[in-house]
Amino acid sequence: MNPVDISNVTVAYDRKPVLQEVTFSVPEGKLIGIVGPNGAGKSTLIKAILGLVPTASGTINIYGKSYRAQRKLVGYVPQRGSVDWDFPTNALDVVLMGRYGHIGWFKRPGKKDTQIALQALDKVGMKEYANRQISQLSGGQQQRVFLARALAQDATVYFMDEPFVGVDAATEKAIIALLNELKAQGKTVLVVHHDLQTVKEYFDWTFLLNKRQVALGPTEEVFTIDNLQKTYGGRLAFLDQQVNQPFVQQ
Amino acid sequence: MWNDLILTLQDANTQWVLFGSILLGIASGVLGSFALLRKQSLIGDAMAHAALPGICIAFLLYGTKSIGWFLVGAAISGLIATYFIQTIITHSRIKEDTAIGLVLSVFFGFGIVLLTKIAQSENGNQSGLDDFIFGQAASLVGTDVKVISGVAIALLIITFLLFKELKLFTFDRQFAKGIGLPTGVLNALLMTLIVSAVVIGLQAVGVVLMAAMLITPAISARYWTDRLDRMVIIAGGIGALSGMLGTILSSLASSLPTGPVIVVAATLIFIFSLVFAPQRGLVSKGLKLYKLRKEVARETVLQSMFDLTETAATTGGEIGFSKDDLVERRPMSDRKLQANLAILQKEGLITKTSVDLWKLTSKGAIESYEITLNNRLFETYLMYEMKFANLQLVANDSWNYKEIPSRTLSELKEYMEIHDRTPKLDPELFAAGGIYSDQSDYQRREVN
Repeated sequence: MNPVDISNVTVAYDRKPVLQEVTFSVPEGKLIGIVGPNGAGKSTLIKAILGLVPTASGTINIYGKSYRAQRKLVGYVPQRGSVDWDFPTNALDVVLMGRYGHIGWFKRPGKKDTQIALQALDKVGMKEYANRQISQLSGGQQQRVFLARALAQDATVYFMDEPFVGVDAATEKAIIALLNELKAQGKTVLVVHHDLQTVKEYFDWTFLLNKRQVALGPTEEVFTIDNLQKTYGGRLAFLDQQVNQPFVQQ
Repeated sequence: MWNDLILTLQDANTQWVLFGSILLGIASGVLGSFALLRKQSLIGDAMAHAALPGICIAFLLYGTKSIGWFLVGAAISGLIATYFIQTIITHSRIKEDTAIGLVLSVFFGFGIVLLTKIAQSENGNQSGLDDFIFGQAASLVGTDVKVISGVAIALLIITFLLFKELKLFTFDRQFAKGIGLPTGVLNALLMTLIVSAVVIGLQAVGVVLMAAMLITPAISARYWTDRLDRMVIIAGGIGALSGMLGTILSSLASSLPTGPVIVVAATLIFIFSLVFAPQRGLVSKGLKLYKLRKEVARETVLQSMFDLTETAATTGGEIGFSKDDLVERRPMSDRKLQANLAILQKEGLITKTSVDLWKLTSKGAIESYEITLNNRLFETYLMYEMKFANLQLVANDSWNYKEIPSRTLSELKEYMEIHDRTPKLDPELFAAGGIYSDQSDYQRREVN
C-alpha cells in the first residue's frame, strides 16, 4: 500500500483555487522533493494532507486510510518562521512536544519520552543544547530542533515544509544525511523544496507543482527542462543547456 | 498604623476579601501568561471594558446586585464584543488593533450611559455598580467571594490538567492541529478561561484596570525565567502579592479604590523585575556589556602589542612602543588606552622600557600569543567556513581554538600558514628572553 495517495484534491481560499485537482501516489521508502514557484501551493499541499487546511474536494489517504486514523504514522516539520522563538521553553521541551500525540490527554511526558527526545536531539547533533532557551539558538539550530521533534514523533511518513530555508551549510548537510538515514529505514519523506540546483542531488523522486501537478516520478525522468518550463513558465533562465542546470529568475 | 492593620486583618470579612483577591491574583497571573504569549493582551482589555454594559443590563433585568448574573451579563457582552471585533477584521480593511480600540470604546461608552441611567433611578445609589469602574474589594460580600474563589479555583484546575496541551497550542498551533489536538476547542476554551479571569476580577479591580492585572504579573514573570511552567507559577505569585497588597492598603484608607492600588503594586514589581532580573534585567545586561567592553579593550591592546613586537622582531626594529604606535595599530581613545595600559602593567603583562615606551613581559607574551593565535585561527576559519562546516556548532557560541579537534586544528593551521597569518613570535623564545636586547630588564622581573 502506498504511504500517500491523493486523488483530485482541490483547495481554495475564498474561492481562489490554490490547488487544483491534484492526484498523486508516492511509493514507500523514497525521498520526494515537492518543487514549484512561489504561490504554487507546495505548503498548502502538505497542510491539506495533514488536515490543517480544509479541502474543497478530493480524497487523501495515508496507507489506505484517512489521515485522522493514521495520525501516529505521520511526522511534521512546519516552517521555522511559523512560531515565536521567544517562547519561554528550551530545546528539549520543544522536542518533547513530538511525543504529545503518543502521550494522550492530561498526562505528563515520562522518562521514556524524555529519553526518546534526547536521542532525537543527539541525532541532529544538538544534545548539548537540550537545556538551551530556544531564542538563543541560531536559525540552523532551531531547524534542527524542529527536525528532532519530528523524529520524536517516531513516524513512518514525514512531511517537511522548507526545512532548508535560512539554515547554514552545515545544517543543510546534516539534514540531508538524516533524511537519507530515514529513507534507508524504509520511511517516506516528502520535502517542500525551493532550491532547484540541489534537487537532483537530494531527491529520488520529484513532484513538480504549480497549482496543478506538472509531473511526478523519479527525479532523472521528471526533472527536465521541458517540465521545468511548464512549471515555472517564463521565469526560468537556463544557464547551461548541456548540464541541464536551471536557474530561477523571479 | 500597625494597630489599624492588625484590627483590619482580624475582621472576618476582610479575611474573606483578602482570600478572594489572592485567588483572583493567582488566576489572572496564570491566565495572563497565556494571553501574553498568544499576543492577546489587548483582548483582555477589550473584554473588561466590554463587560460594563453587560453588567448594567443584568442589573436592570434582575433588579438587584447579584454577582452570578453580573458574570453572565459580562460574559455575554464580552462575547458579543469579540464577535464584533472578528467581524470587523474579516469584512473590512481595518486591522485588529484598530478594531479592538473601536469596539472597546463603544462598549465602554454604552456601559457608562447605562450606569448613569441606573444611578439616577430610585435604587441606583444602593446598586454599588460604581465600584465596577475602579474596583472596590471591600464591597465584596461573602457570596461574591465564594463565587470568585470557586471560579478562580476551577480555572486553575483546568489550566493545570491541560497545561501540556495549552502549551503546545500556544507555541505551535499548526503542529498541535497536526497531531490531532482539537485546536478550535482549545482556542475557545483558552479564550473562555481568560474572559472568566477578567470577569471575576471586575468588582475588585475594576473595568478600567483589569487588563493590567492580567498582563503585568505575566510580563514581570517573563523576566525571571525561560520556562513556561515557572513563568506561570511566578506570575500567579506576583498576582497574589499585588492582590493582597491592594486589598490591605485600600481597606486601610476607606476612600481608596482597590484596582489602582493593586495595579500600582503590580507595576512596582514589574519595574523591579525590569531592572534587577538576572540575564534579562537592565542591570544584568548593563554589567554584561561593561564586562565585554572591558575584555575586548584589554585583548585589543594585548594583540596590538603582539603585532608590533612581531613586526619589530622580524624586521630587527626596536622593541618598545609608544601610545601612538598602539593607536595607529588599532584606534582607541587615549583615556581608554591609558587605563588599559595601567591595568596590564598591574597584571604584570607589560612593562615600561622608558618613560612612555612599553613592551610585553614574558607572561604578557604568552597571553598575547594565545589571543593572537585564537583570533587568527578564527579569521582563517571564516575564510574557509564551508570546508569546516562541522565546526559550526562550536563557532556559534564563542570561538576557542582549544576546543577544536586536533586534526581539524592542524588543517586550519595549514590554511593560516598559506595566508602568512601564523604568529611568528614563539612565546617560548619570549620567555627565555631571546628577543630582548635588554636582558637585564627581563631578569630583574624574574627576581621580583
